Amino acid sequence: MSIEVNGGTFSYRKGEALLQDVSFSAEAGETIAILGPNGVGKTTLIKCLLGFLPWESGSTVIDGKGLRDFRGRALWQRVAYVPQARRPAFSYRAQDMVLLGRNPYLGDFSMPGKRDREIALRAMELAGISHLAEKNCGHLSGGELQLVLIARALAAEPAYLILDEPESGLDFRNQLVVLGLIERLCRERTLTVILNTHYPEHALRVADKSLLLFGKGVYQFGRTQQILTADHLRALFGVEIAVRRERVDEKDYAAVIPLEILDPDTEDRWT
Amino acid sequence: MDRRRKFILWIGAMTALILCFSLLALCMGQFHIAPERVLRELFAPRGADAVRDNVHTTLYNIRIPRILMALLAGAGLAASGAAFQSLFANPLATPDTLGVANGASFGAALGLLLGGSAFAVQGLALLCGIAAVLLVFAVTRGMGLRSPSMLMVILAGMVISSLFSALVSLIKYVADPQDVLPVITFWLMGRFSGVTRASLLLSVPLIALGTLLIFLLRFRLNALSLSEEEAKAMGIRLGRVRLLVIAAAAMTTASVVSVCGVIGWVGLLVPHISRMLFGNDNRYVVPASIVSGALFMLVVDTLARCANAAEIPVSILTAVIGAPVFVLLLRRSGGIGV
Repeated sequence: MSIEVNGGTFSYRKGEALLQDVSFSAEAGETIAILGPNGVGKTTLIKCLLGFLPWESGSTVIDGKGLRDFRGRALWQRVAYVPQARRPAFSYRAQDMVLLGRNPYLGDFSMPGKRDREIALRAMELAGISHLAEKNCGHLSGGELQLVLIARALAAEPAYLILDEPESGLDFRNQLVVLGLIERLCRERTLTVILNTHYPEHALRVADKSLLLFGKGVYQFGRTQQILTADHLRALFGVEIAVRRERVDEKDYAAVIPLEILDPDTEDRWT
Repeated sequence: MDRRRKFILWIGAMTALILCFSLLALCMGQFHIAPERVLRELFAPRGADAVRDNVHTTLYNIRIPRILMALLAGAGLAASGAAFQSLFANPLATPDTLGVANGASFGAALGLLLGGSAFAVQGLALLCGIAAVLLVFAVTRGMGLRSPSMLMVILAGMVISSLFSALVSLIKYVADPQDVLPVITFWLMGRFSGVTRASLLLSVPLIALGTLLIFLLRFRLNALSLSEEEAKAMGIRLGRVRLLVIAAAAMTTASVVSVCGVIGWVGLLVPHISRMLFGNDNRYVVPASIVSGALFMLVVDTLARCANAAEIPVSILTAVIGAPVFVLLLRRSGGIGV
């Protein structure tokens, strides 16, 4: 049971590869964080990974099979996708929204049944949002909406969960709620999680491994604790950075402090 | 489960009202028929060799086809409106969004200009309505996009729609203002007076099939209103499902317009009333729109033919009645669900 990308290459314009020969893999129960500056192709990587955009070369392999080897809806019973939280054009009640996660098990003309509703309710329990069931998604806060979208993904009972910036735009508390949920899913359900994030601290907190996208097809992949160094972060964001480690109640925390912007012309980002 | 109870009550009440109003509509008109006579004609018709008198003819050749058509047209337009709103993730979408109504209008106007029979006019309208949607697809394909976004489809729909509306104007311009032009103008305003048993033959199966398809796809419609990637990640074959929804709504709308002319408002008003009552979940919106649309259309048509000695065009009444009702509902619900 693993999800891997082998030599994935993608470009929006010919000759300007955004992603070049990217390879990484995640085993069951692992969390992988994808980090990089704005516009470097984090979301594109996820879109290619899931087959929304076609790899120019290379492939995504899930459970030893290529994306095209999955028949019909089978792929989406294994892999669930949580998009960046946006207000939908038509807002549904939270429980109806979560129930939409059962679509991979339903034919075009079928209706969700009692079992589907029960699974949706359990997914909401798991995400800790049972109390929102009757609420309209249009009236939820950003954090609540994000949890509804995660619950919707969980309703598909997936083995792999792919999240696009799940904690962006959330306050401290909601960031921790989302990260805590991800940790719990990996530990208790041996779910494999791949997420995009803007926050190195979050990667250090939840991710076993990290994928750093430096732009122009350059990347690094490895164990988060070894790879997320001040040097790498400086090169990643073009910012002078200090990493401070703090021990609170027997637990280690890392604080990443951006100090100042580095001039890209004079500073060699590859030090 | 109180939404579910409310929903079942609403469907039950609407169905009961449809039955009562249909009976009432059978009695009412310039030629009044007593209710007991109507019931006798319906449930204990005399043998085939009995003399077919005025009452029998009025009921079976005029009022029953007309009432059936009004019910189906209301149900079909409301369902198509709800379907397009979800498909395009746009609360302002109507059954005419892809130019079906203007295409069908052009076909009808052309048929009337050429002096075709009622059947020819209907057939031509239906063909042109379907052709309009096919043209929309051709234009979208012509843009050379790998997978056209729904916005591109709407834009292509607007292009085709305005093209056909210009062609309708052209036909009106060349039509004889003494006799043909008024016929075309009245036809385009929408009316059920032209409904005959023969016109039902071609339209009823298509409207019923289109509406049934939308009804069956109602849970999928919810997912279609999300972003393309979300829908794909739910294992939905987007191309196929979108095509099914468009085909269903187009065949329904084209059939309605081919028989009754252009009837506005129903496809926008009725789905939104359903949304205010039950929220946006199409498992509720589509069935509620079907029964409410049928009742609304029946009431409006009965008014159109009974309120005045000369018939009032239906599309005028749908707007005159629909607009205040809509504003009232918006005020009462505070726009919840919209």
